[in-house]
Amino acid sequence: MADKQLTEQDIVAGLAEIVEEVAGVAQDEVTKEKSFVDDLDIDSLSMVEIAVQAEDKFGVKIPDDELANLKTVGDAVTYVAKNS
Amino acid sequence: MSNAEVVVTGLGATTPLGGDVESTWDGLLTGRSGVARLDEDWVERFELPVKIAARLAVEPTEVLPRVEARRLDRSEQVGMIAARQAWQDAGFGEDDVDPERLGVVVGTGIGGATTLLNMDDLLETSGLRKVSPLTVPMLMPNGPAAYIGLELKARAGVHAPVSACASGAEAIAMAWRMLRTGEADVVVAGGAEACIAAITMAGFAQSRTMSTRNDDPAAASRPWDVERDGFVLGEGAGIVVLERAEYAKARGARIYASLAGIGTSADSYHITAPDPEGTGQARAMTAALRTGGIDPARVGHVNAHATSTPVGDVTETVAVRKAIGEHPVLTAPKGALGHLLGAAGAVESVATVLSLYHGLIPPTQNLSEIDPGVSHDVVTGEPRKVDLDVAINDSFGFGGHNVSLAFAAV
Repeated sequence: MADKQLTEQDIVAGLAEIVEEVAGVAQDEVTKEKSFVDDLDIDSLSMVEIAVQAEDKFGVKIPDDELANLKTVGDAVTYVAKNS
Repeated sequence: MSNAEVVVTGLGATTPLGGDVESTWDGLLTGRSGVARLDEDWVERFELPVKIAARLAVEPTEVLPRVEARRLDRSEQVGMIAARQAWQDAGFGEDDVDPERLGVVVGTGIGGATTLLNMDDLLETSGLRKVSPLTVPMLMPNGPAAYIGLELKARAGVHAPVSACASGAEAIAMAWRMLRTGEADVVVAGGAEACIAAITMAGFAQSRTMSTRNDDPAAASRPWDVERDGFVLGEGAGIVVLERAEYAKARGARIYASLAGIGTSADSYHITAPDPEGTGQARAMTAALRTGGIDPARVGHVNAHATSTPVGDVTETVAVRKAIGEHPVLTAPKGALGHLLGAAGAVESVATVLSLYHGLIPPTQNLSEIDPGVSHDVVTGEPRKVDLDVAINDSFGFGGHNVSLAFAAV
């Protein structure tokens, strides 16, 4: 997936799949303006799992200090788009 | 508030005989066996001499929501399932008990060993990234207690005693103390265990404590029988809801029985073998009678620890004779259930409470010819109808831990 240009919709859809798998949040709840912690009720342990799965899915590296800045789904989409 | 009477108001279980209390109790009464041949590839790969175990009748993943199940070790899954059943059976809903007056005590013998093994495999094969951030909360032996505490919002104290095969009973004893000393009004207590894996099977097999009756799994666990050759490893959970009697009566709860007294002791004799004189075990039973203010003559039944090992089974009857006498009628539920280690004392406490409540003692399975060292009346064949005043549940663990719980009819 890392080889082709990902659209924003691809990334949101991919993240939504991961978030549903890890935390049981319905995929249509996972939209750009949502905060992982405050809106989607995802704890710090689940965020680590989501990050690892996102790395595999999008072929990116998400170091811990970058992960701390990914507050919303939109933040994650922007990061993946820039770094994949 | 101290020295309050403690009563049992809720029961929950998931065992090799069934996914709940009703099916487990039915299995004990009708003489089903939870033991079967293991079909895992490691049994043959490692040429294990023991090829049988008592797996759960109902897979936890069939009961729990998917996301919850993936966050929990199997030992936590079974504990949670049994706790929810017990909570509901007690007639409690969400937020019905003041969190600061609610406690949880759930023990385990082994804890999240399968998580530890799986995550170590992942670390070795795939590196750090694949190790789950939930590894530690899944493998820690206080995990079942902690997750149940979170679920029920228990804030009076959440504890997880670890004393091998006495853990579940010790949890109930600890809960009794919390209620008697006024630390809580309600305590959810019991044990959870799910550690059937190549290494546990291999380790127990190497200690020569397990049955190798692989060709006849249903007959392998045979407490007190002359042909017994070891225990059968099982998995499951048992949970009871205990309350101060005053609290239970005020809310109009159904009361199964009282937990009149508890006794604990230690052998300080050998790391795995019980003191053959049964001295430590007898002291636990005597303590249960003393704390309950119970005359030994009132004890009509002992739900025994008897695991189907050559040494332990007879020792326990020596202890019963010393502490209580010849009169209690015995049964050994492990003939049907196998040995649930840290959950055993809790599941068997559920059975003991139901024996008092229904006036019915389930038979000991596979007892064809009784060991000549046993002089007590042991129930075999059909369940025994008997009016009981006091019934005792015994649990003993590797390490010389002895726990005796004295339940009384109300």
